Amino acid sequence: MKSQLVSRIILSAALALGAGAAVQAADITGAGATFPYPIYSKWAEAYRAKTGNGMNYQSIGSGGGIKQIIAKTVDFGASDAPLQAAELEKNGLVQFPMVVGGVVPVYNLEGIKPGAIRLTGAVLADIYLGKITKWNAPAIAALNPNVKLPSQDITVVARSDGSGTTFIFTNYLSKVSAEWKDKAGNNTSVKWLAGVTGKGNEGVAAYVQRLSGSIGYVEYAYAIQNKMSYVMLQNKDGNFVGPDDKTFRAAAANAQWEKAPGFYEILTEQAGKDSWPITGATFILMHKKQDKPENAVVALKFFDWAYENGDKMALDLDYIPMPDNVVKLVKAEWKKIQDASGKPVY
Amino acid sequence: MDAFFKNLTRFAAFCVFSILAAILVSLLFHSQLALSKFGFSFLFDPEWNPVTQEFGALVPIYGTLVSSAIAMIIGIPVSFGIALFLTELSPTWLKRPLGTAIETLAAIPSIIYGMWGLFVFAPIFAEYVQPALIAALGPLPIIGALFKGPAMGIGMLTAGIILAIMVIPFITAVMRDVFELVPPLLKESAYGLGATTWEVAWTVVLPYTKIGVVGGIMLGLGRALGETMAVTFVIGNAHRLSASLLAPGNSIASSLANEFTEAVGDIHSSALIELGLILFLITTIVLACSKLLLLQLARQEGVRT
Repeated sequence: MKSQLVSRIILSAALALGAGAAVQAADITGAGATFPYPIYSKWAEAYRAKTGNGMNYQSIGSGGGIKQIIAKTVDFGASDAPLQAAELEKNGLVQFPMVVGGVVPVYNLEGIKPGAIRLTGAVLADIYLGKITKWNAPAIAALNPNVKLPSQDITVVARSDGSGTTFIFTNYLSKVSAEWKDKAGNNTSVKWLAGVTGKGNEGVAAYVQRLSGSIGYVEYAYAIQNKMSYVMLQNKDGNFVGPDDKTFRAAAANAQWEKAPGFYEILTEQAGKDSWPITGATFILMHKKQDKPENAVVALKFFDWAYENGDKMALDLDYIPMPDNVVKLVKAEWKKIQDASGKPVY
Repeated sequence: MDAFFKNLTRFAAFCVFSILAAILVSLLFHSQLALSKFGFSFLFDPEWNPVTQEFGALVPIYGTLVSSAIAMIIGIPVSFGIALFLTELSPTWLKRPLGTAIETLAAIPSIIYGMWGLFVFAPIFAEYVQPALIAALGPLPIIGALFKGPAMGIGMLTAGIILAIMVIPFITAVMRDVFELVPPLLKESAYGLGATTWEVAWTVVLPYTKIGVVGGIMLGLGRALGETMAVTFVIGNAHRLSASLLAPGNSIASSLANEFTEAVGDIHSSALIELGLILFLITTIVLACSKLLLLQLARQEGVRT
């Protein structure tokens, strides 16, 4: 965690210095989701070392990224929550998935090992609805006959700020619980019915680590870096699975991207015996009509390079690269990005 | 040269007015959408739902007022005690280190208080203090409702206590400074008449310094009302109204800090800006009340013999 923070600081300092030292013709800018920030900056660093072209990414949040790309202040926007096809059309945007990650329910129970707690989606939803308030409630006990559950109160921890993580998580809860869908719904920010909320993945992680008897949800990378206890979840096929690159990949593989206009595909509750049920992709947004086609070319070259050469870096940082068949679909979609004369830029 | 300097200072003074007016106008302008959609009921609506785009300010207003009230209830007597000890009772060798310690406390950034509150204070509070509070006060009628629910360490009461710790140095520093201004002649005369330290403090020092004392309290209250980071860490950020002080709540400033960058849609942003407007008005009302209080006190001045 710490070393990552240090490297982030060094990296952003390097980016700032680079930008200040020489106004390079081919520097592109992007802004948006915080979740893919570590991998985007790592790719940018490697890409700059190789080609000399810089990419300056500001992790201001998905909502901010969408606003910035609509206002055309950046070359690309990034969002964890995909835009609906109609909205893409309205704003003249193209959307494509870049990497896949997972959202992981984490808990803090003394003396209980990571992965020892098994939950179903319905039980998780009931906990977040405030209907199950004790760790030894019958619904949890029935799923965990071999675990000695304490009679402790459950403190539910959620995100206070709008976030793609929340979007993916509430999308899952809405799919598995009609009551959740009805009472809270699915959005980047919802009305939480129980517990406390913290700002950012780090805020939720801090609360879960400090509050005994708490349960929260964070991006997989945060759960790993902070060595948090994760929950085993029952997936659509009825198997209990843990979060890791295999189960995320299984969920991504079962998605039907080709049938999703504008790649509007949310990977929660996917079929498949190994699928992790709370999986989601993070997306890039670009304008169809490019005022600055030369920047769009550089951006697309960068993404192309990342698809081809970035898989190992992504896996190192606990992200799942896009499957090859999806990359092929994305590259076909890029033909929609055109210059003023209507010619594809890349 | 003189005229130039006069105009320069006048310009600076008018800048204050124009900045104030500009803030008010921009708050009003950007909250228009929420103002026209929710109207007056915004103030009394406990709902805050980004999915249905329904927003009301009751929970954050309640949280702001209650956490500040707790801070004042704890902070004022403690500050008064510290200031009194420093000026009247403390041995001379202790005055300077104590005074420096208080000034240092005032200089600590608020986020440090928040982190300390979450990482150190909250777990201890949840483990030892809150269960005792629930057991002792929970069953009582009326007051009991304030001390119910699970002991999770963070919530309204924790926020109030952290705020109290933050405002104590401010109030203490002002109180100490004004207490030191009381002419020794007055105090000596009272002691000469056989008054105890308490009687001197209550009947001589306090009446003489009341304007400064009220000013110090208002400074503290102003800080408590607007405090953002420290409160965000420990209040729980839950948009729910609950009678219990141990339950999580939300304050205006922490709602803004948490939600503004990622507001879902125009109504959400607009509602948040309206919250800012409300905080602006609350602080103005508090300031006005303190001025009125001082006027009232000044009017009674001649009456008393």
